Amino acid sequence: MRASRWPTVDLAPDGGPWDGMIPHSMPTHSESSQAVASRSATPSPEVQRSLLVDMLRVRCVDQRMLKLQRAGRIGFVGTALGLEAALVGAGRALEPRDWLWSGLREGGAALARGMPLADYIAQMYCNANDTAKGRQMCNHFQHKGTNYPSWSSVIGTQVPHGVGAAYATKLRGGGEVHSIHFGDGATSSNGFHSGLNLAAVWKVPAVFVCVDNGWAISVPSSAQTAAAGFAAKAEAYGIPGVTLDGNDVLAVLGGVSAAVARARRGEGPTLVVLKTYRMLGHSSSDDPTKYRDQAEVDAWAKRDPVELFEALLLSQGVLQAGERAAMEARLFAELDLEIHTQEAAPPMALRTLVEDVYADVPRHLRQQYNRFITVAERLGHAQKGDGAFPL
Amino acid sequence: MPTLTLVQAVNDALKTAMRRDPTVIHFGEDVGPKGGVFLASDGLTKEFGKARNFDTPLSEDGIIGTAIGMAMNGLKPVAEIQFQDFIFPAFDQIVSEAAKLRYRSGGQYTAPMVIRTPYGGGIRGGLYHSQSGEAYFCHTPGLKVVVPSTPEDAKGLLLASIEDPDPVLFLEPKALYRQVKGEVPEGFYTTPLSTLRTVRTGKDVTVFCYGAMVPVCSKAAEQAAEKGIDCLIVDLRTLLPLDEEGVLEAARQTGRVVIVHEAPRFCGFGAEISAMIAENIIEYMEAPVARVTGFDTPFPNTLEHHYMPDARRVLDAIEHVAKF
Ligand SMILES: Cc1ncc(C[n+]2csc(CCOP(=O)(O)OP(=O)(O)O)c2C)c(N)n1
Ligand SMILES: [Mg+2]
Repeated sequence: MRASRWPTVDLAPDGGPWDGMIPHSMPTHSESSQAVASRSATPSPEVQRSLLVDMLRVRCVDQRMLKLQRAGRIGFVGTALGLEAALVGAGRALEPRDWLWSGLREGGAALARGMPLADYIAQMYCNANDTAKGRQMCNHFQHKGTNYPSWSSVIGTQVPHGVGAAYATKLRGGGEVHSIHFGDGATSSNGFHSGLNLAAVWKVPAVFVCVDNGWAISVPSSAQTAAAGFAAKAEAYGIPGVTLDGNDVLAVLGGVSAAVARARRGEGPTLVVLKTYRMLGHSSSDDPTKYRDQAEVDAWAKRDPVELFEALLLSQGVLQAGERAAMEARLFAELDLEIHTQEAAPPMALRTLVEDVYADVPRHLRQQYNRFITVAERLGHAQKGDGAFPL
Repeated sequence: MPTLTLVQAVNDALKTAMRRDPTVIHFGEDVGPKGGVFLASDGLTKEFGKARNFDTPLSEDGIIGTAIGMAMNGLKPVAEIQFQDFIFPAFDQIVSEAAKLRYRSGGQYTAPMVIRTPYGGGIRGGLYHSQSGEAYFCHTPGLKVVVPSTPEDAKGLLLASIEDPDPVLFLEPKALYRQVKGEVPEGFYTTPLSTLRTVRTGKDVTVFCYGAMVPVCSKAAEQAAEKGIDCLIVDLRTLLPLDEEGVLEAARQTGRVVIVHEAPRFCGFGAEISAMIAENIIEYMEAPVARVTGFDTPFPNTLEHHYMPDARRVLDAIEHVAKF
């Protein structure tokens, strides 16, 4: 009988990569990490303070977005709580002309590089001010002005896009570098493999930034790869791989800057792994208590990137007691004003249903829309400007 | 009989299958301790262990590719793709490999496996958490494509899919996961694939639908009844291979047909039904076939309620063909 051929096979050997209970360990400061970080000079006090402000902004924005989500004002939030140093450090390592290709949690890096807060909040509201015309889910930011391209929810697809764009840069002789972000989970995607392989073979000006935050929804990094860490994968592609303390903003800034400089010198791509921790659930729809140990969360809470950096700046006299609170108050004031403005913005016009599918709205879509709008008008669903297309 | 939601019925089917056949295994992203993002696999690891229900790395191509190998070597894999929108990294493995293995090997090798995946709009998921991709797969000979719309069918059809000797793509209407409830028989039973379900009998207009459009069409039929139009509603439930005879019979009964799906219109499943009617029973038809579908655009986000067919749009089409 078929059934008896299959006793209780244990396909998951103890301690193997399927053992989801392996805790996400703190980064060990590998030689390479220290070497890379120490090669760059410590930034000026002003720069350090601005890094703190950028990190606080990410945190304040997340706090407000969670509140709006709970109040039903916006649909969904994926926070970056715990990732502030990784995002801000990596984002600030770039020049304005460089490109940042987003994984999924890079909104804070984009803000640090100059994406206007208005764009961020409008996207969360998916309203008429949203540059993506309300078409994407919340948290899917883009900002052309700072070379932060639109990305899809499909994990890993942006990696080869960034490589192709870096090839174009190389061919056209531009000096910009392409920083391609993705998570630990994305390292298992097809895009990761093809992207790193082609980038290495073509020796393009790219930096791969893997934000290893310990979890891909409920799957721990230890179940994502059997390698000792994600940086080890670089060797197989023939490029350098380094692991940095992703909760130390100066280490991230220094390490990513070094990789960016290397790419700009024409020496090819580097894989930089930022070891950090996703403090909250995957998103507002996730309950992480179902799959992870509170002890692990507590351990990482002791290395909160904002607290660490604040303490460092206080100890060095770069920051005075009470200044963080003042910074946060200013950030919240700016934020609340913007939220107020975006709350009042109208929804997207109905016509946007059929626009941007192609450069022009083709005849069949105009017909589909016109048939639809006749009914919508009859039922009073249409607004000004929603009228029919000429055929 | 217990009353279950559709997603609970899926869970019940998985447990039933895994209890009676130790070769049945279930895997995918976040299906382990988390129990799946929609909780379809809640409790499976607890009951069956992590060798039979487990999380994979984030690799759809890997999930489906390895499922094929497992199926070729005596296991009965049920692989979850977290959202149907994320199935495309595995498109190659599905259309080039799973669907063609039996044919290319002269029947020597087969891939009896099930790919479960939530599909469709209605959860404000935007472009990549809302799509209805059935037409891509219905264009793939060798594959079976199943779409339940009730808890009882979800369980019976999933169990039949797991029993089936060929690869089955099992599309679960996520909008209905918790929206519909119904009595579900306990224990093992199957609902045969490639059979239709008559949702409502009627003599004036035949409405063909499946998945999340079934309750929408039922509502439209109630409204039509108030206007004196009596609708026959057919839930297709298996799109491939389709019960063509049943479809033609139901179309002939009224001579007036409306086809409803969320997916875009062009080359959508409705086109196939329409062609089938035109080729076989045109002489019985009293009105042109009407299709109510999504627009020929990507799936929107904030405007999804305008994109997806609703009872009002379906009623419009019913009235149109009834009056013709
Ligand atoms: C191809 C694909 N498969 C599955 C998903 C569903 N999904 C969204 S995010 C995610 C985990 C991503 O983990 P990671 O890359 O580590 O990024 P993080 O969320 O930790 O920032 C998954 C599985 C997806 N979006 N795309
Ligand atoms: Mg992660």
